[in-house]
Amino acid sequence: DKLGLGRPALPEEISAWDVAVLPDGTGLRPGSGNVETGEEVFAEKCAACHGEFAEGLDSWPVLAGGEGSLTDRRPVKTIGSYWPHLSTVYDYIHRSMPFGAAQTVSVDETYAIVAFLLYSNGLVEDDFTLSNENFTEVVLPNADGFYPDDRPESEYPQFRAEACMANCAEGAPKVTKRAVELNVTPTDPDGKPAGTLPDIVAEAAAASAEAAATETPAEATPEAEPEPAAGAAPADQAAAPTAGPDQELVAAGEKVFKKCAACHKVGESAKNGTGPMLNNVVGHPAGKVEGFKYSKPLLAMAEEGLVWDEAALHHLLENPKAFIKGTKMSFAGLKKEEDRAAVIAYLSTFAQ
Amino acid sequence: TPDPLITEVQDWASAFGDPVDAAPYGTPIRFESHVVRRNVEWLTESPVSSINFTPIHALEGTITPQGCAFERHHSGAIELSKADYRLMINGLVDQPLVFTFEDLLRFPRATTTAFLECAANGGMEWGGAQLEGCQFTQGMIHNMEYIGVPLKVLLAEAGVKPEGKWIYAEGADASSNGRSIPMEKAMDDVMVAFFANGEALRKEHGYPVRLVVPGWEGNMWVKWLRRIGVYDAAVESREETSKYTDLMPDGRARKWTWVMDAKSVITTPSPQAPIRHGKGPLVISGLAWSGNGKVTKVDVSLDGGRNWQEARITGEARSKALTRFHLDIDWDGSELFLQSRATDETGYVQPTKNALRDIRGLNNVYHNNGIQTWWVKADGEVENVEIA
Repeated sequence: DKLGLGRPALPEEISAWDVAVLPDGTGLRPGSGNVETGEEVFAEKCAACHGEFAEGLDSWPVLAGGEGSLTDRRPVKTIGSYWPHLSTVYDYIHRSMPFGAAQTVSVDETYAIVAFLLYSNGLVEDDFTLSNENFTEVVLPNADGFYPDDRPESEYPQFRAEACMANCAEGAPKVTKRAVELNVTPTDPDGKPAGTLPDIVAEAAAASAEAAATETPAEATPEAEPEPAAGAAPADQAAAPTAGPDQELVAAGEKVFKKCAACHKVGESAKNGTGPMLNNVVGHPAGKVEGFKYSKPLLAMAEEGLVWDEAALHHLLENPKAFIKGTKMSFAGLKKEEDRAAVIAYLSTFAQ
Repeated sequence: TPDPLITEVQDWASAFGDPVDAAPYGTPIRFESHVVRRNVEWLTESPVSSINFTPIHALEGTITPQGCAFERHHSGAIELSKADYRLMINGLVDQPLVFTFEDLLRFPRATTTAFLECAANGGMEWGGAQLEGCQFTQGMIHNMEYIGVPLKVLLAEAGVKPEGKWIYAEGADASSNGRSIPMEKAMDDVMVAFFANGEALRKEHGYPVRLVVPGWEGNMWVKWLRRIGVYDAAVESREETSKYTDLMPDGRARKWTWVMDAKSVITTPSPQAPIRHGKGPLVISGLAWSGNGKVTKVDVSLDGGRNWQEARITGEARSKALTRFHLDIDWDGSELFLQSRATDETGYVQPTKNALRDIRGLNNVYHNNGIQTWWVKADGEVENVEIA
């Protein structure tokens, strides 16, 4: 029985939230876009991660190529080589891209980007226009490459045999692969796998040795940190080279900057992406990176003499949308002051 | 010699400890500071679309504390208040509806305890032993007691039309992470949950509302749930086509591989939990689970699968929930090749990685439920290995 809870969803509300597009074209909105426009929009909104030709920068997804690679040892799964439905490409770009600025690609821009991606995958010519009219005529090469889960038939019967309990294999076990040889596990400062449980026995032994030697109570033992051993610490620590606060801050900033890196590049080969590249920004006038199309509000503020000094950067990073009303920068902001300080310290290391 | 910890009056036995309210919402004592989620930075390009791992080597029992239960986000963990929360049900229904959080609190509640395992749990181990420690090899899992409203109750309120065969659940975050679920499952045990382990969900697990899909891959447990669309077909979203599909040796791929098959792992001893106490009594402890029902039996091998003995199931074995097993042995100090093997109520016996590779090939990284081998050395140190 119904409880009568909730209220009717209004058509405008459904239209705002139900943006799903299905393989049969259900959900497509009227619109169109061509390859040429798509290339421009892609360069502006997508290429910072996916590369100018959809080839994928760093470890960001490759979107084109890979035909015939699905049986290779290193298959390249792209829209052209792997994705079964064009609707998925449209749906995902329109609802979830660009990364960090979702739902900012218009319907026509989405058609255009999808058209460009078809072109990048060699599936249409450069004069192609995609629209809601011809959308379902496009069939991706791997459309027939998927079948529903068949484990109940292909796997379960063989794994439902009664389990062997004794003499199940011949000979002694021989090690064929060792994770230590790859050496890719995060480690603690002592070189052990990160998170290794502290050695309670050794701590207790060290504590009682300490107690016996100095007759001080055991609570002087640094229980939380088994290394270095109790009693050896002070002299060693004083002698050890200590990292300056700046270096620490820069290192912390490098980590925090990963939140920014989808849109902003730094370093030698940094180019503009969704956001401007950020070399030589700290302490310099705003709006000056060559070739980047800034929003009007930012240009107006630059005109009024905005300089990216520490105070201005703190304000911007805390809440970009509040600092520049109408900015294209769709980032929620860094709420922690130490995160902002760290990012600024990190950015200040990229001066030309 | 007498132990001064006993013979001398210790500070804590004489002076005051913390007053009440020293921590109005407590966190673990500082001696447990190593028991935290950890990530493997090289795995992903950005920490807002990434994963970390539950420290299962340091936990016991079956319930995972929310504060160290692994996280997986596709566009970061968002801050969504109960006041700003809306849930829409639309599509092939008699009456599309919008619920507020308070509306959800007025529906009759149900409870379920369920494991959530990422489809990629163990994926890095598919090509060979790679990471040291069950936190990293099997730690994309957690197990919580949820309270919420069965999805079928909410769907009934909107009235599903006969042609509505699938639901599509999506989140309020920038990724939206939409997933299609067949109506039979939606009407069976799927829950719209707002409490976990007795308290509100944590931000990183979808506060204020997430979907609970018992036994099925974690990606389907949509967080910050904002819309349930009812359709006549699967949406075939990015997360159910280009990702979370299983590429087979013939170049075709399995899709809709939702169920997480029976699996187990020994959590101690393991690479992050070596044996420090030397030979003698040794507790072997581990976790077992199955997306197809209850775990009925767990076997442990000390010699790399040559011989097996049945472990004790400690506590209750619940359907589609983590189950704790123990085996108490007298360790003679010689090296061991430790393995565990779960059997579930359907009679399915957890296979070896090689048995799975024979069917699925090498490019099939999701849904690895193969047997894990730990090489225990005479000095008590433990390595992640594969053996022949």
